[in-house]
Amino acid sequence: MPGFLEPIREALGETLFFYGFSPLLKIGFVMFLFALPIITWMVLAERKILGFIQFRPGPNRVGPWGLLQPVADVAKLLVKEDVIPREAIKWAYIMAPGLVVVPMFVLFSVIPFGPPGEGDSLSFFITDLNVGALFIVATATLGVYGIIISGWASNSKFSLMGGLRSAAQMVSYEVPQALSIVGALMLAGSLSLVDIVEAQRSAHLWYVFPQILGFFVFFVSGIAEANRNPFDLPEAESELVAGFHTEYTGMRFAFFFLAEYGNMIIISAVGTTLFFGGWLRPFPNFEALAFLDGGWLPFGLAFIVPMIWFSLKVFFFLFVYIWFRGTFPRYRFDQLMALGWKWLLPMALINIFVTGLVKLLLL
Amino acid sequence: MTDAVADETEVAPGETLFGVREMELDFGPQHPSTHGVLRLKLKIDGERVLDCYPIIGYLHRGTEKLFELHPFFQNVPHTDRMDYVAAATNNLAYVGAVEKLTGIVVPPRADYIRTLLCELQRISSHLLWLATHAIDIGAMTPFFYCFREREQVLDLFEEYCGARLTLNCMRPGGQPFDLPVGWVDDCRAFCETFPSKVDEYEGLLTNNRIWKQRTVGIGVLDPDRALEYGISGPMLRGSGVDWDLRKARPYAAYAEVDFEVPLGKNGDTYDRYLVRVAEMRQSAKIILQCLDQLPDGPIMAKKPRVLKAPKDSEVYYSIEGPKGEIGFYIVGDGTTNPYRCHVRAPSFITLQVLPELCKNHLLADLVALIGTTDIVLGEVDR
Repeated sequence: MPGFLEPIREALGETLFFYGFSPLLKIGFVMFLFALPIITWMVLAERKILGFIQFRPGPNRVGPWGLLQPVADVAKLLVKEDVIPREAIKWAYIMAPGLVVVPMFVLFSVIPFGPPGEGDSLSFFITDLNVGALFIVATATLGVYGIIISGWASNSKFSLMGGLRSAAQMVSYEVPQALSIVGALMLAGSLSLVDIVEAQRSAHLWYVFPQILGFFVFFVSGIAEANRNPFDLPEAESELVAGFHTEYTGMRFAFFFLAEYGNMIIISAVGTTLFFGGWLRPFPNFEALAFLDGGWLPFGLAFIVPMIWFSLKVFFFLFVYIWFRGTFPRYRFDQLMALGWKWLLPMALINIFVTGLVKLLLL
Repeated sequence: MTDAVADETEVAPGETLFGVREMELDFGPQHPSTHGVLRLKLKIDGERVLDCYPIIGYLHRGTEKLFELHPFFQNVPHTDRMDYVAAATNNLAYVGAVEKLTGIVVPPRADYIRTLLCELQRISSHLLWLATHAIDIGAMTPFFYCFREREQVLDLFEEYCGARLTLNCMRPGGQPFDLPVGWVDDCRAFCETFPSKVDEYEGLLTNNRIWKQRTVGIGVLDPDRALEYGISGPMLRGSGVDWDLRKARPYAAYAEVDFEVPLGKNGDTYDRYLVRVAEMRQSAKIILQCLDQLPDGPIMAKKPRVLKAPKDSEVYYSIEGPKGEIGFYIVGDGTTNPYRCHVRAPSFITLQVLPELCKNHLLADLVALIGTTDIVLGEVDR
């Protein structure tokens, strides 16, 4: 535990500190220092990287290298007029953005950013749910309600079609995604994300190597889950104007935007945890690389190193998302369905079968 | 159920175009991928397009009537504003018609400059088409790649005549300006690097699985059907019909340059894409040859100060524009103005086939098909 928390702990007492103060501190930390800044600056990163791919500078007017562009964007979205279409179903229209954004933030509660604390020190996650993987699959599915409701409540045909596409897409891709992680869960023998990372440490390898098929299915369906190119059908600009959020303005629109980028981070974080060793440094059992753990850092800063490894891995996935967007055309609706059901689902099932067989016979 | 519903819908005619059983969707005119102000009334069943009815006229400016109000010389700017992404070819079709009507023979240097401008225009028009077609199908990056080169073409135009889009760069009888100093070198430099840039676009698209899935077999246009509709240009050649006015009835300097006419096989969206990309390469080849062979001499023919059409004369003159055969039909009555001027606009004719092409395709294909027809609404509506 970092030393600066000691006085607070003494002042509050053990119980209040561990059950009152520290969860709130962690939620605040995850929300305001991790999720929200990454989401907002990710928009900038996306525009910059796309700009790099496409021979253009990207935003470069607000602040040095456009670094303050997200601040300007958020300010703009906050002061924008909030238009509710006359024909919209008002209560559902207002509720939908919340329904999209809440599950996304809830999911951050089980992501392990770092190791569990030993003894009385703080852990680097809000909670270590013993059914963490299941919780993620279940909660991620809830987001689709908001999208369907927004499409329906807008009372616009383009929104409706976006909502329907999204419903079909998310339901079809939930299945292979949920099945794709089963292999990793079987190897670890646990549903808790913290245990899975620890299992990767003791197995001396990241699960991406034995579970390459599972990871592939997970990543592809993750892109579809997050509605990103080449599976960005629900908001396909050239077809459906802006899909389900066509009629939304201002902060309500920003909520959908927030949820899309938040989901990208979640999926990257889950992928990192399940397949890329979470907060572990590369080759966690290789003593020669121990300096990567940052024990030499001054002021006890070593405690933050696992988080840095975790973030680096997540950022790599986020970069891949953006890279895809700069490269691929968009799938058609029926092709997307065919890919999900005819390829990814059988691949996920084969992966489970082979993993089970190997585990039964060899381990 | 079917009969009852059908009867019900007939009670209120005019309320909806197709009746109310399937969803009726107004696609446009303010839609990001209708390339301007095309409005399509769609009858859709889920994602499937059952019927499509284009509604045009949102950009109608009465151009054909305007031609009658101005002398022959002053009409060139009107042609710029029809197909506003391919002004040079429009200019040439119009001034060619006027020259044919009044019997003016253009000096060879002017012919070569016209050929140069037209081929640059073809490149820029196809680049714009490829950019928007790709972004319609969801590929974002080719858009910026294409605009990067299009910018260079527009710079060449700007250097030549001061304008980038509405060029107004030809006059009945010849060219208003000679090529500026250094233009030939700039143009040569562009055309020598351009094929490698086309490789870049092709690298992103031609063998891309998703791109192929989205375009192969989509909107197959039978060659006979295409001829029945009177379609010309890359749309027709994509179906495998070898018809290019530059070869079939050479005008300007096309008889003196060597180039191929790329042809498609299956007549689907993918073949039309390949044809247009190949045409860009051929255009660069034509330009390089023109620059090598560029003759010296006058750029303007000797012509009367006031141009009058012969009495009771009529003429039709057409050239191969980027989108197909663009032709002008002009009737002269002995005055300085055309008595009547009709434009054979390729976009207008190509648009007719869209409802047939998109029938029973999905909504996403419709967007690809609007792209592949390469229409410019300024030309459709005139």
